[in-house]
Amino acid sequence: MNDVLGDKKAIAVLIGPALLIYSLVMLLPIVWSLGYTFFDGNAISGFTFIGTDNLARLFTDENVRQALGFTLKYAVVVTIGQVALGYGLSLLYVFVLKNRSGLVRTLVFFPVVVPTVAVALLFQKMFEIAPQNGLVNSLIELTGGQAVDWFGGANTSFLVLVLLDLWRSMGFYAVLLFTGLLDIPEEVLEAARIDGATGATMVARIVLPLSLPVLLSSLIFSINGTLKVFDSIVALTNGGPGDATTPLTLYMYNTAFRFGDYGFGSAIALLLTLICLLVTVFIFRSTRRDLSES
Amino acid sequence: MSSTLSGAQRTAGVTLVPGTRPARRRPARKRAAGLVGKVTTWLLVAVLVVVVCYPLLWLLLGSFKTQQEFLNEPFWSLPSSLALGNYVDAWTTGNIALYLRNSLVVVLPSLALVIVIGVAAGFALEILVWKGRGTVLLLFLAGIMVPGQMILLPLFSAYFELGLTGTLWPLIITYTATALPLTVFMMATYFRAVPREIFEAASIDGASVLRSFTAVGFPMVRNAVFTVALVQFFFMWNDLLIALTFTSSDELRTVQVGLLNFTGQFGATQYGPLFAAICLNVFPLFVIYLVLNQRIMTGLAGGAVKG
Repeated sequence: MNDVLGDKKAIAVLIGPALLIYSLVMLLPIVWSLGYTFFDGNAISGFTFIGTDNLARLFTDENVRQALGFTLKYAVVVTIGQVALGYGLSLLYVFVLKNRSGLVRTLVFFPVVVPTVAVALLFQKMFEIAPQNGLVNSLIELTGGQAVDWFGGANTSFLVLVLLDLWRSMGFYAVLLFTGLLDIPEEVLEAARIDGATGATMVARIVLPLSLPVLLSSLIFSINGTLKVFDSIVALTNGGPGDATTPLTLYMYNTAFRFGDYGFGSAIALLLTLICLLVTVFIFRSTRRDLSES
Repeated sequence: MSSTLSGAQRTAGVTLVPGTRPARRRPARKRAAGLVGKVTTWLLVAVLVVVVCYPLLWLLLGSFKTQQEFLNEPFWSLPSSLALGNYVDAWTTGNIALYLRNSLVVVLPSLALVIVIGVAAGFALEILVWKGRGTVLLLFLAGIMVPGQMILLPLFSAYFELGLTGTLWPLIITYTATALPLTVFMMATYFRAVPREIFEAASIDGASVLRSFTAVGFPMVRNAVFTVALVQFFFMWNDLLIALTFTSSDELRTVQVGLLNFTGQFGATQYGPLFAAICLNVFPLFVIYLVLNQRIMTGLAGGAVKG
């Protein structure tokens, strides 16, 4: 019967279209993009071969250093925030709200499906100072504080970006970790309860160690996403003020499409891909560990 | 904090009343602690709900306000009427109708295409027996982590050379291809859960591979296919990077790119129409979410590898 399930013609019909499109539109361009890194110029002006200059420039370019620094800072801060907040919420769902968590869970998840551009524009208006105060500055003034020009400084812009991403994604990580917490056998918790474990002790000694694998996967999923942050930054600050909130993704986009430097743009994209690749290797490692443990 | 304290005081007051519920054996202190816990919980949940809902409510209310109301009234004020003027402005002057149409024209065919070829590929990779399928699955998996930036420039040149620039084809092609890795990965996972014996029985009964795919395999994972389609719908609909790169003129903009450039249509920020435009982008998704939230939640959690 494996002869039938091994029918060559049928296999070609089923896998062929996917493999063809995937190869032509993703694999080939990746190789092509690698080729671009050795050239200067763009599709309109033509290309000149410059060897490894673009790759060398990755190490000396001040903007690359800035963008790489911002990308890493953003990824680390948002990842920790997303997972910590998500974990807090999932504990709330499982141990406090218990069977009544459905509505809250569904509500907090909703921002996940809202387009990032819409969320970013909403946050822009919420944190606005001119021509008029937005929601946040109005609240600050109402409580006697001084309105803040959120998008005027690097640190405050960064803060708003982080808040936006946390608001948008906390429900997602809450559900992801919630599923993990549900997998903890009830008998283990019951045994701990009989032994007198409650509240914080229970979480620290029993729940946290048992949810480490799913926490680790969440961390890696999260960092894989935050390294590629683009939409929210383009729509909220567009990299500003100056280039204080420009990550590698946006710097690549600007280099390639605003300044028409395909070669260096491709080199930045390569750098980004290599960083993501490193993270993905960790994904495989950790998921394999999950499988062997369960 | 203050209300948790008052909660504690209130219980303390209750327990002082003599003769209340003597049947309960729990000591008063424990009962008070329970109530403090309850009040803290509800406070926490209330804050959470406000943090999530209030911005959206502010958005919805704002979409009915006039420019004057925005500039002169405090932020908590309600709109004086529920007139749809802002929506009309956003729909026509703001071109949201055109952008929504473009998004639909791009997303629906891409979705149909990626589902058909992605499910078939998942079946071929997981159920069928052939040399090299492990490698091909890995090849698809690798595509999940590749950032869009890595393929944009060559595609941009290729579409230009092929004369596709100025049409919506670049978006359809790119969405289909970039959605493939995750679709194939998720479908392969779902097919893995289907017992192989079913397909072996089908082939003993004389079904060809294609027939066991269309008559047995596909119907068995129908629910999963729907979930994957939902997940991909949100990824495509909410995409900015690819849409921004390949929409060369205003007529081609998807709803996300259109929204990003929305202020430009009016000169100075017209709050009402802008808020209405954001609402037109958000609330159709809200309706979908209202109906299908459980499926969307499990689906997106299943696609978490995409980050």
